[in-house]
Amino acid sequence: MNETTKAPEAPRKIGAQRPQTRLSKLFDNRWVGLVGLLIALLVPFVNASNYTMSIMTTAAVFVMLASGLNIVVGFTGLLDLGYAAFFAVGAYTSGILATRFDLPLVATVPAVIVVTVIAGVIIGAPTLRLRSDYLAIVTLGFGEIIRITANNLPVTGGPSGIYGIPGLTDSPVSLYFVTVVIVAIAVIGASRLGRSRLGRAMRFVREDEDAAEATGVHTYRVKLAAYIAGAVWGGLAGVLFAGQVSAISPNSFTFLYSATVLMAVVLGGMGSVPGVVLGAIIISLLPELLRDAADYRFFIFGVLLIIVMIVRPQGLWPARSKEALK
Amino acid sequence: MTQLVWNGLFVGSFYALVALGYSMVYGIIKLLNFAHGDLYMLGAFSGFAVLSALGGVSAAMTLPVLMAVLLLTMVSTGLAGVVLERVAYRPLRGAPRLSLLITAVGASFAIEYGMRAATGPDPRVYPVRLSGTSIEVFGARLTLQQLALIGVALVLMVGLNLLVTRTREGRAMRAIALDPRTSALMGIDVNAVISRTFFLGSALAGAAGVMAGAYYGKIDFLMGFLIGLKAFTAAVIGGIGNIPGTMLGGLVLGLLESFGTYWLGGEWRDVFAFGVLILFLTVRPTGLLGERVTERV
Repeated sequence: MNETTKAPEAPRKIGAQRPQTRLSKLFDNRWVGLVGLLIALLVPFVNASNYTMSIMTTAAVFVMLASGLNIVVGFTGLLDLGYAAFFAVGAYTSGILATRFDLPLVATVPAVIVVTVIAGVIIGAPTLRLRSDYLAIVTLGFGEIIRITANNLPVTGGPSGIYGIPGLTDSPVSLYFVTVVIVAIAVIGASRLGRSRLGRAMRFVREDEDAAEATGVHTYRVKLAAYIAGAVWGGLAGVLFAGQVSAISPNSFTFLYSATVLMAVVLGGMGSVPGVVLGAIIISLLPELLRDAADYRFFIFGVLLIIVMIVRPQGLWPARSKEALK
Repeated sequence: MTQLVWNGLFVGSFYALVALGYSMVYGIIKLLNFAHGDLYMLGAFSGFAVLSALGGVSAAMTLPVLMAVLLLTMVSTGLAGVVLERVAYRPLRGAPRLSLLITAVGASFAIEYGMRAATGPDPRVYPVRLSGTSIEVFGARLTLQQLALIGVALVLMVGLNLLVTRTREGRAMRAIALDPRTSALMGIDVNAVISRTFFLGSALAGAAGVMAGAYYGKIDFLMGFLIGLKAFTAAVIGGIGNIPGTMLGGLVLGLLESFGTYWLGGEWRDVFAFGVLILFLTVRPTGLLGERVTERV
């Protein structure tokens, strides 16, 4: 043995003994979110071309999706591989109601919430009692079921989908503002949910389901609540999407899309709201910047997922629990 | 009617072959190898590469040549499975289950789109096509090649079952499935056995890939996605981790699909299969032959 061999490092508690660096102080700063929102709201004053507004609105909707999936995957630790299904349920419900009954998009929101809650219960109730890895495959199967069903039913317009959905607002710029505000509310809502009593129960379930059950957390109910919350977030993002693109078809809701949302959550940091927002922005804007590498995009995604899990499982902007500091 | 049964058994034997790899890996290290369906795709493509390299194959020689190609492909796909385990899964042994699942999804993507980058997005036409004389059995039409493929699948499955239940290697696998720590204390090289399990499972998936390529005549880089899902369904129906159960599950799923398609129409086939999966998980999550396992804390 060499004399200079260092003593083994004591296991670190998350966020406890670690010295604060400038970066981690930034991570903990509570004003970061507000600054981010301000930047987002200032974008149209810098560049208000239709192209910029379109990709920025898409990115905002994607942020909403990722923050919804974060409730399920990040807070509660349930892997959902068919998240696009709820996105599709929301988009189709509002699209069908709006075009059939000539309703404005906003009026369809209550119906969308009801339908997504029902969808969440239908898929969650039988499967959440099972082991978590079964859930992953079942949600994947569910995503496919929704897509194939939308492809084959007359009411959903078959492969060509639904078109002529009314927009939320008239101009791309005002649509962007409305979207950013709604998404910001959704993100804050997800963050508050994570800090609530229910959110604490979710994290407890993620860390150790048996211990949670033993200390009186009704784990099944908590998991179902998380799943339904995720479904509602996804469904409302679907309404925004339908209003933005005005035509939806089954091809918008493939497994690839679900996996892309998952990629955003994992890259940003599971369970960390600012991290997930950052991850979603990166994942949705990166393909616009790297158009030449389009062929390799999903290959890089796959490799990146493996690397992140091996090298930095906590993601770019890790979640830091305030409870650990006490 | 008999035709439906035959079709079901035929498709079911494919499902069973792919499901076995799923089931073995899950049985040993409790990992859902998401990329398993993509190993099947890899098998189909490496078979394609070997066949193209051989050049024209005369019709009379089709079956023996195909057997040789099958063997070669099984070896190469098996090695791919070993590499996959070494690169993506072994560094995460002992990590939370969620990390492993996400890694597996990543591996699946990397294989699919890596293949797309290598060979292009267009489907390929298999150089060997199995179509030939059909015979009548109990009022149903089936080709000799179909029979041969079912035969190969059966031989592989029986061989695997013998390996797991009768040999020293199989005993080591079953020991690790029960308790990896204690098996290591008893002198079993756990990592090596897990590697060999991946080899076997992947080789079977590769064999199924070549057979599917030769039978359907067309392969593409996404062909593994759906079959991976179906194979998982088959494994769950039979009882995941249980080898005879998995074979049974594959055949049952094939039959269910064949009848479901007949009653509901082809476009609902996949919906029907996943519906069966959800139903099974609700009513009998341990599958037809699986034992009830209590989770230890």
